[in-house]
Amino acid sequence: MSISSADGMSRARLFSLLGKLAPLIFLLVLAITFATLQPRFLMPLNLFNILRQVSIYGIIAVGMTFVILIRGIDLSVGALVAMSGLCAAVIAHGGIEGRFALSSDGTGFHWSLAAFAAIAAGVVAGLAQGAIVAWLSVPAFVVTLGGMTVFRGIALTIGNGGPIAGFDEDFGWWGRGMIGPVPVPVIIFAAAVLIAHVVLTQTRFGRSVYAVGSNPDAARLSGINVERVTVQVYGLIGFCSGLGGFVLSSRLNSAEAVAGSGYELTAIAAVVIGGTSLQGGTGGVAGTVVGALLTGVLLNGLVILNVSPYTQQILVGLIIIAAVAFDHFTKRQSR
Amino acid sequence: MTSVGSLQRAGVQESGRDDRPDIQLLVRPVLEAQALVKRFFGVTVLDGVSLSLAPGEVRALLGENGAGKSTVINLISGVHQPDAGAIRLDGEHVRFARPLDADRAGISVIRQELSLFPDLSVAEAIFAGHLPVNALGFVDWKRIRKVAGQALARLGLAVDVRAPVAGLSIAQQQMVEVARALTRKSRVVIMDEPTASLSPNEVDHLGDIIAQLSAEGVAVLYVSHRLDEVRAFCSTYTVLRDGRAVSSGNVADTNIPSLIRDMAGRDIEIGRHGEVRVPGRPVLEVRNLSSQHLAGSVQRVRDVSFSVRAGEIVGLAGIIGAGRTETARMIFGLDPIGGGEILFEDTTFGPRSPAEAMAAGVGYVSEDRKGLSLLLSRSVVDNFALAGAVPARGLGFNDKAAEATLLSGFVKRLGIRAASLQSTIATLSGGNQQKVVLARWVARRPKLLIIDEPTRGIDVGSKEDVHDLIRDIAAQGVAVLLISSDLPEIMTLSDRIVTLREGETTSEQDAATATFEGLMASMTRHD
Repeated sequence: MSISSADGMSRARLFSLLGKLAPLIFLLVLAITFATLQPRFLMPLNLFNILRQVSIYGIIAVGMTFVILIRGIDLSVGALVAMSGLCAAVIAHGGIEGRFALSSDGTGFHWSLAAFAAIAAGVVAGLAQGAIVAWLSVPAFVVTLGGMTVFRGIALTIGNGGPIAGFDEDFGWWGRGMIGPVPVPVIIFAAAVLIAHVVLTQTRFGRSVYAVGSNPDAARLSGINVERVTVQVYGLIGFCSGLGGFVLSSRLNSAEAVAGSGYELTAIAAVVIGGTSLQGGTGGVAGTVVGALLTGVLLNGLVILNVSPYTQQILVGLIIIAAVAFDHFTKRQSR
Repeated sequence: MTSVGSLQRAGVQESGRDDRPDIQLLVRPVLEAQALVKRFFGVTVLDGVSLSLAPGEVRALLGENGAGKSTVINLISGVHQPDAGAIRLDGEHVRFARPLDADRAGISVIRQELSLFPDLSVAEAIFAGHLPVNALGFVDWKRIRKVAGQALARLGLAVDVRAPVAGLSIAQQQMVEVARALTRKSRVVIMDEPTASLSPNEVDHLGDIIAQLSAEGVAVLYVSHRLDEVRAFCSTYTVLRDGRAVSSGNVADTNIPSLIRDMAGRDIEIGRHGEVRVPGRPVLEVRNLSSQHLAGSVQRVRDVSFSVRAGEIVGLAGIIGAGRTETARMIFGLDPIGGGEILFEDTTFGPRSPAEAMAAGVGYVSEDRKGLSLLLSRSVVDNFALAGAVPARGLGFNDKAAEATLLSGFVKRLGIRAASLQSTIATLSGGNQQKVVLARWVARRPKLLIIDEPTRGIDVGSKEDVHDLIRDIAAQGVAVLLISSDLPEIMTLSDRIVTLREGETTSEQDAATATFEGLMASMTRHD
């Protein structure tokens, strides 16, 4: 082998490694920059603050990773968070004052029933959307764009346009509680990441997800039921959205129809920044964590640096584009 | 069928001797390809091919799959550029950097896979890329519709020029392509397997059109496997084999057996693999199978019958469009069965999905490795394990240790060359990829394995390994249905050979006594 081609090999390997670590490098650079400009950034309180903010859309981004891995997209998650949050709130309140009562004596139900209601609502909505995508072959973009409006409408209907606020302490623990120094939502997020990572890398279902996203025809010819995997994945992101909705209403001590707006784009951004390809089949949940943290660190750092909220938006958008462009650049070089 | 006599020969005279290049004595050729050489990734696929076309000449370009016909077309039409040699148009040396250049120079290609724009109207498709404009720079729709209508009328095609192309049959779409060539005043029209999807009547009509083009002085390069069409439509021929032009001359001076000999070119060592296998009980029986007949399309499988027994390799031979892959797809549950019957282990079999067929014990190695077999972005072991080579442990966890052990066995046995089992499959050579795909299915221990074009596009060394593996599989008692366009391959591997022609079984022969000529004759139509 000639020297130049050996150089070419190692160069490709270098860029391949760089490509894999690109989001992480980007995150570290950002964190170091903020820490240098404002030492307060590194205080444990602030770091947990970032994690707490990241965790709710992070949970949804975990589900979104599966969806994007099968070449899908889900624009309805933000609306689903609001809808399932309101479902939890209604159960926790035992009905809505002046409109209807679920319990005979007007008292609310246990938080576990509320959580179940939120998650069930999310799963049913996700499965329904998945079924339309898989069996009626309607593009996921369209189905979930429609779903976004439908679920937001249902949320408005449930709350009659207003918020449902005030939950008991047990309910509130899931969003505001701490285990030691760690906020509970952060633990939920970590658990979701861990489970998702194991499912994707160690199980038959995870392999099917990658296969469907990598080459649906080859997957079908290998005996994988592509439609069923699709429905399951949309059910899964429905689960994540329902869970997110429950935790969010717990943290805010209130559920309302405008909650979670914009989460779909934040979640998609986290997945894509994390290196999961919109073409499906490559990526994973580890990258998504980095992508979610990157967005969180960026927002937090800009606030700490007193950057105006208007400028913040501009910077966040530009940095998302830069991160993904860098990722693609290193992937191209590694070929 | 069009009579050969109606074709104008444009005074073409040729030596008729196989060992000399064509000599155009009377008419200056419009197109000359001189000693074209093309290499891909260091492999020479075309090695000094020359041919010429005079105005009005209809030349057949013949050859087995992989002989280099497509490459010749791609070089002449500017898809690829020759590594050596020259293309001359009216004696001038031309270089086409892209297809549009060749198109502008008056060379039209009517491809097997039609390149039309399905959403455009017929008139737009005819003028796509060179829409005429009026004085204001707006598209001159009136003129487009008028000229398009006239061109189609000349071809005897009565369709609304405003209708979308997608609504036309394949034959009609081809006519639209011809109309495009006519309005472009193309001087050379290349037709690549144009009759693969046509009914006999449509083929006759195409013959008339070719005669008409020829009469107008258009040179036609006609690429086809169907030798009877070559005899009816073409005045001259060139046979390619392994990237070289091995013979050429006047069609009138040759005959079909001699053309077949030129295409095959070698003595084929037939089927003799030492050990004699004793076939067991019947595993698969196909009786008068036909595919669903959808309106506006050709029914690909019309009447196919054959059987495969345990431990037996049955070769399914036929030219493109004969319905071989379509038959396999029905057996594997990919396409619905139109009529007839499939028996698997003596019971009626009609799988509705590959998963059902696999559960019964059928495996299918597709002919399209990249499109239908591989997950290109995934690892070697993921690709191997995709069809469930190793059952999952509890809770659906992959048994990665068992998968690695099993795959390592195949890596040794088949000589699979990969940096590691975790390498992306895309980094492997075609031959090694194919071995992984075969291992995927063999590991499942199927009762019936359908192998479609096992050695397409792989190197000679891997080809031997793959052949050995296929014999091995059969020796272990698996019923093997082998589909291949490579006749020598079918003849070497099979115990019995079933030939298909236009969706119908035409013969069943013992491989020991089958001849290349005999098989070719059963695969092609003779009138």
